[in-house]
Amino acid sequence: MAAVPAIMKTTAARLSALYLVLFSLCAVLLVFYMTGLSVRMLTVQTRETITEEAQGLAAAYQRGGLPYLVRMVERRSRQPSANLYLITDPNGRVLAGNVESLAPGVLDEAGWTTRPFAYQRYGEGPGAVADGRHTAMAHVFRLPNRMIVLVGRDLGEPERFRSVVRRALVVAFGMMGLGALLIWYVVGRRALRRIDRVSEASRRIMGGDLSGRLPVSGAGDEFDRLSASLNAMLARIAELNDGLRQVSDSIAHDLKTPLTRLRNRAEAALAGQPDPAEYRAALERTIAESDQLIRTFNAILMISRVEAGHSAEAAEPVDLAAVVADVVELYEPLAEQQGVALVAEAGAVPATVEGNRELIGQALSNIVDNAIKYSAGTPAARVAVGLAQDRTATRITVTDNGPGIPEEDRARATERFVRLEASRSQPGSGLGLSLAKAVMKFHGGRLELAAAEGGGLAVAMVFSSGEGR
Amino acid sequence: MEPVATPSDFAQDFGYKVAMKILLIEDDREAADYLKKAFSEAGHTTHLAADGETGFALADSGDYDVFVIDRMLPRRDGLSVIAELRERGNETPALILSALGEVDDRVTGLRAGGDDYLTKPYAFSELLARVEVLNRRAGSKEVETLYRVGDLELDRLSHTVRRAGQEIVLQPREFRLLEYLMRHAGQVVTRTMLLENVWDYHFDPQTNVIDVHVSRLRGKIERGFDRPVLHTVRGAGYVLRAE
Repeated sequence: MAAVPAIMKTTAARLSALYLVLFSLCAVLLVFYMTGLSVRMLTVQTRETITEEAQGLAAAYQRGGLPYLVRMVERRSRQPSANLYLITDPNGRVLAGNVESLAPGVLDEAGWTTRPFAYQRYGEGPGAVADGRHTAMAHVFRLPNRMIVLVGRDLGEPERFRSVVRRALVVAFGMMGLGALLIWYVVGRRALRRIDRVSEASRRIMGGDLSGRLPVSGAGDEFDRLSASLNAMLARIAELNDGLRQVSDSIAHDLKTPLTRLRNRAEAALAGQPDPAEYRAALERTIAESDQLIRTFNAILMISRVEAGHSAEAAEPVDLAAVVADVVELYEPLAEQQGVALVAEAGAVPATVEGNRELIGQALSNIVDNAIKYSAGTPAARVAVGLAQDRTATRITVTDNGPGIPEEDRARATERFVRLEASRSQPGSGLGLSLAKAVMKFHGGRLELAAAEGGGLAVAMVFSSGEGR
Repeated sequence: MEPVATPSDFAQDFGYKVAMKILLIEDDREAADYLKKAFSEAGHTTHLAADGETGFALADSGDYDVFVIDRMLPRRDGLSVIAELRERGNETPALILSALGEVDDRVTGLRAGGDDYLTKPYAFSELLARVEVLNRRAGSKEVETLYRVGDLELDRLSHTVRRAGQEIVLQPREFRLLEYLMRHAGQVVTRTMLLENVWDYHFDPQTNVIDVHVSRLRGKIERGFDRPVLHTVRGAGYVLRAE
């Protein structure tokens, strides 16, 4: 039964115990109140009976005098479970009745005895008065000839009633307590076992198995919801972890090359003839290359920041039409210089999303930048930026008529540092689409790559409408 | 590959005369020494403070033209230093340097009272250009209605640009670009600064989008005139200046 103390440690068991105590308290108070009430009613009834009897005896005395009264009392005394009767002379000598002895003082005062008293009937063993074996209440009155008459009734009946109720109470509460313990045991053990399974799974995950997940029973209860939330959290952690690993891999891979080149250039400059002009040229190239490195580095940091963040805070309404107009205006001279026609497609609708204007602008810039870069050189190169909104989503599309990306490569195109074979010769860090993807995720949307009509690439920034952002 | 601007290029090539007194609050000793040396080559004097408390005391008592404040400092963080200075009525322009990486750090920094924000790692030429533009002694932060550089005039009220009396027609964005350059005439402005102030986007323009805009503008204000007014500063940005 080592499980019982463990059960007592559960919150559920503690709460149940508290409720049980409070409930029992209320129940006990209620039952005591009710038994008290019933006993009082019984007492009132007893008084009425006694009063009637006393009146009857008084009437008998008036009709037939003392002998008649004594006969009547003798007769009534012999009946089974009779009331108590006693007639004494003023000196206390017994004339008739079924009471052998009384608690002292009862007969001294006429009227109702204020409290139950002990008595002993004829035929009972001595000592009943001292034991308090019987208690009764009585009415005492004097006859005109100064004889004292007592009519009383045993209080055993209400007392029995009270004790029966108490016994029933004890049994009922005992059973209730036992039942509660049993229920705690069954429910608590069940809960404990599920919690143990969750702990076990967490330990496994902590042990390094990041792909492990907590068990979900499918019942859809609190435990399932908790496990599902924790699983979602684990998935997010795993994703961030993968991202981190990918960043460090990418840094190792893609930043090592320029760093090595940087170092070699400095070394080569030092190895040659000391010539200020050459030194200066080498240093300039070094700085320019470091700047490019810084730029790449900043881009990586930016992506990590965006991926680690979420848009709930600092979200504000962003006018997408304005962002599209800004970016097209920003890139138009560059496009013209590259021989690419950059157009904002007619029919741009006013569309507003909750989010971060800077990030959306930067993401769109990267996509447009890419589109211009890759379509330049195509005859009649054209990049179109469109904005459309329907009930489920708002999308900004950038369509070019460049070489496009083969379908099997499209998914990889948004990964960090991935520059597809065909574009290795192009300048750039290879981070543009990754940032755009991160930004869309930040806004609860997605980045879609598809083939454009005529062979180019169509990139869509899709913001889900309504509450989901 | 584009040539690179060194600190002294700013001073020598463009005869930048406004020497500044800079307070640099930065706990990284090596970075601080480097910045001090580089600022001095550009003709500016720098005082160093290695923690927030010392920095605040110096800033509060000294007479500086610009504060350059690292965001994370021992004993007291940079933002609270700026916030308290502002509370005490010290309006000296402050540039915040930050290695922090949240998306809206920039907004937080500016809200605390900073005037500009630069994320590490950065190129020194970027920092220098920004600090020089912040300098209150340059006196060009005031928004005027008429800017004049040599024979080039820009009237903000009538939205007209003239050179040697001859009207030049500019697109709205070109007008804003020229307006910004003229407001900071004689000071180097970087591409990032242009993107921030003319387009209101705060990111590093990866390709030469800004250069193309500038060269378009240059075509309009220089074609047909003898002397250039819009100069490229190698590796840093642009400066508008009459020769």
